[in-house]
Amino acid sequence: MLETVTALLIATIIAATPLLLAATGELVAEKSGVLNLGVEGMMLVGAVSGFIGVQVTGSGTLGIVAAALAGALMALVFAFLTLGLKANQVATGLALTLFGIGLSALMGKDFVGTPHDRLPQLAVPGLSDLPVIGPLLFGHDALVYLALALVAAVHWFLYHTRRGLVLRAVGENHDAAHAIGYPVLRIRLMATLFGGAMSGLGGAYLSLAYTPQWAENMTAGRGWIALALVVFATWKPGRVLVGAWLFGGVTLGQLYGQGLGIPVPSQFMAMLPYLATVLVLVAISRDRVRIRLNAPACIGKTFHPAA
Amino acid sequence: MDISRRQFAIGSAALAGASALPFGMGSALAQAPLKVGFVYVGPVSDHGFSYQHDLGRKEVEKAYGAKVQTTFVENVPEGADAERVINQLAAQGNGLIFTTSFGFMNPTIRVAQRHPKVKFEHCTGYKRADNVATYSARFYEGRTICGALAGKLTKSNIIGYIGSFPIPEVVSGINAFTVALRRVNPQAQVRVVWVNSWYDPGKEADAAKALLDQGADVITQHTDSPAPCQIAEQRGAWSFGQSSDMQRFAPNKLVTSIVDDWGPYYVRRVKEVMDGTWKAIDTWDGIKQGLVVIPPFNPSIGADNVALGQKVKDDIVAGRLHPFAGPIKDQQGKVVYAEGKHASDEDILKMAFYVEGVQGSLPK
Repeated sequence: MLETVTALLIATIIAATPLLLAATGELVAEKSGVLNLGVEGMMLVGAVSGFIGVQVTGSGTLGIVAAALAGALMALVFAFLTLGLKANQVATGLALTLFGIGLSALMGKDFVGTPHDRLPQLAVPGLSDLPVIGPLLFGHDALVYLALALVAAVHWFLYHTRRGLVLRAVGENHDAAHAIGYPVLRIRLMATLFGGAMSGLGGAYLSLAYTPQWAENMTAGRGWIALALVVFATWKPGRVLVGAWLFGGVTLGQLYGQGLGIPVPSQFMAMLPYLATVLVLVAISRDRVRIRLNAPACIGKTFHPAA
Repeated sequence: MDISRRQFAIGSAALAGASALPFGMGSALAQAPLKVGFVYVGPVSDHGFSYQHDLGRKEVEKAYGAKVQTTFVENVPEGADAERVINQLAAQGNGLIFTTSFGFMNPTIRVAQRHPKVKFEHCTGYKRADNVATYSARFYEGRTICGALAGKLTKSNIIGYIGSFPIPEVVSGINAFTVALRRVNPQAQVRVVWVNSWYDPGKEADAAKALLDQGADVITQHTDSPAPCQIAEQRGAWSFGQSSDMQRFAPNKLVTSIVDDWGPYYVRRVKEVMDGTWKAIDTWDGIKQGLVVIPPFNPSIGADNVALGQKVKDDIVAGRLHPFAGPIKDQQGKVVYAEGKHASDEDILKMAFYVEGVQGSLPK
């Protein structure tokens, strides 16, 4: 039993990683007031770019860099339309997802059905061999640790640095931030690009480590889950981490439960993670103060500097 | 001709005028190539079901060269879109149209009524008409071979089976596998995990991990991505590929795959249309006719096991072994097919129970 539980926890940490990367990036964008619904599309383009990067260069690191750059480029398209041309963010984000699905399929056309080795798992001498703790904490690939480090870094940046304060101010009240001289659009551009790069990394985790292959639409809706996680976490990085683990845990728990022969319909168990999201959304929405304290007041609103 | 659905829609708008011309003009020109249309539910790059159908289309092109002109439309959702796409293919002068997913059944029948001169073939369905034939493959025959080998290869006596949806095609596969498994190894058990998707590499990988973590040392799947084979390879467990040959995803531990080879069937049916001998029949072929192909076994399973796999295959082809030959008991131990009896085709097409040796209960 202990072995099964350990295995489930390890699998959960891995399953949560792509969600964690994408959601943390989106959180920063949303904190600056940009609602980018194109996460799914950016993840897919990141996944295919990372895969192509590894195939062409043979280097996992370059693949990861390529994925982040590709995600950021997708976000640049979004930023050009919404920040530059003042297009509606919701519509543009949806378009970006549809665009990303098609673009990634086109880019990956010649790479379907080519396998490659997964990213190496790090092994810490001595520590990785410890029972339970070893594989749980010390046996993952670099992106797992990078994701955790980035969550901590984002938390520190948003709540313990001056630049983080400015970014949040831009998201709360762009007119006031503009009036006291902060470059609202430039800050939003940077936050959006960071969000894109993180989505690209999330996608790359799928195509390089999780299931080392490229397949059309391989994110299978994880971008949307990442978007839900940001709200679920009430825009707090630490809670994104908890949410991603919870979500990964429930998804995997139902598969493990089926294997153990727990007599609950698999369709019901497949529904559980979504049910959990809905319940948390209901719970936090009841407390209007909490929503108002945490949700960026200017989220999704177009900024007109002249006004 | 390689076109996406969107380009197709634009192109067909331009062609709408042309199709208003007297229908069947193409057949008046003796030298005109036979136009053959294919409708796929997924992308041709899925490396599974739609990919295999497209390989079949390419074989038709190779076999007849300039005498045929093939068109395919990929990513066609099952529903209203399907009827529009099939109708456009018919209106554009295709003489033979293959619709390759179960959900295309009713749209195919409706379009066929409007275009009585066009011939249609629907894959995995059961509704026919004067100009609509049906065809499918006996995938379960391949499961019998995999089951027998799994019985020899397992040491933990736990086999992990990743299911898509609990429909008869998948359930009969699980049962054929389990029956063959238990004849070789009566102690072995099958654990089924349903992922409720045909294609979600991440979730299929998760299911494979869950089964391996619970002691399974052989993994088999009825989903379309090679992700479970990759996970099994990483963990040093044996696996079987599905739909296409997945050997390159698990070069060391993949035993074999159950491959759908539609090419010879498509080549034959196209010829029958050219010769005027085409009939609206039902075809349900298996290994013997080459519709289900078992690639060479991985030599590292040992010479004895290679010989066993070959023998099971030969017995099925020769008709000496029926995958559902009795005695077969259900999970409660009740005899469903007595010694000397076997399941009829209709039983297989409607199968909705687990045989003895499958753990857990079948989702309803």
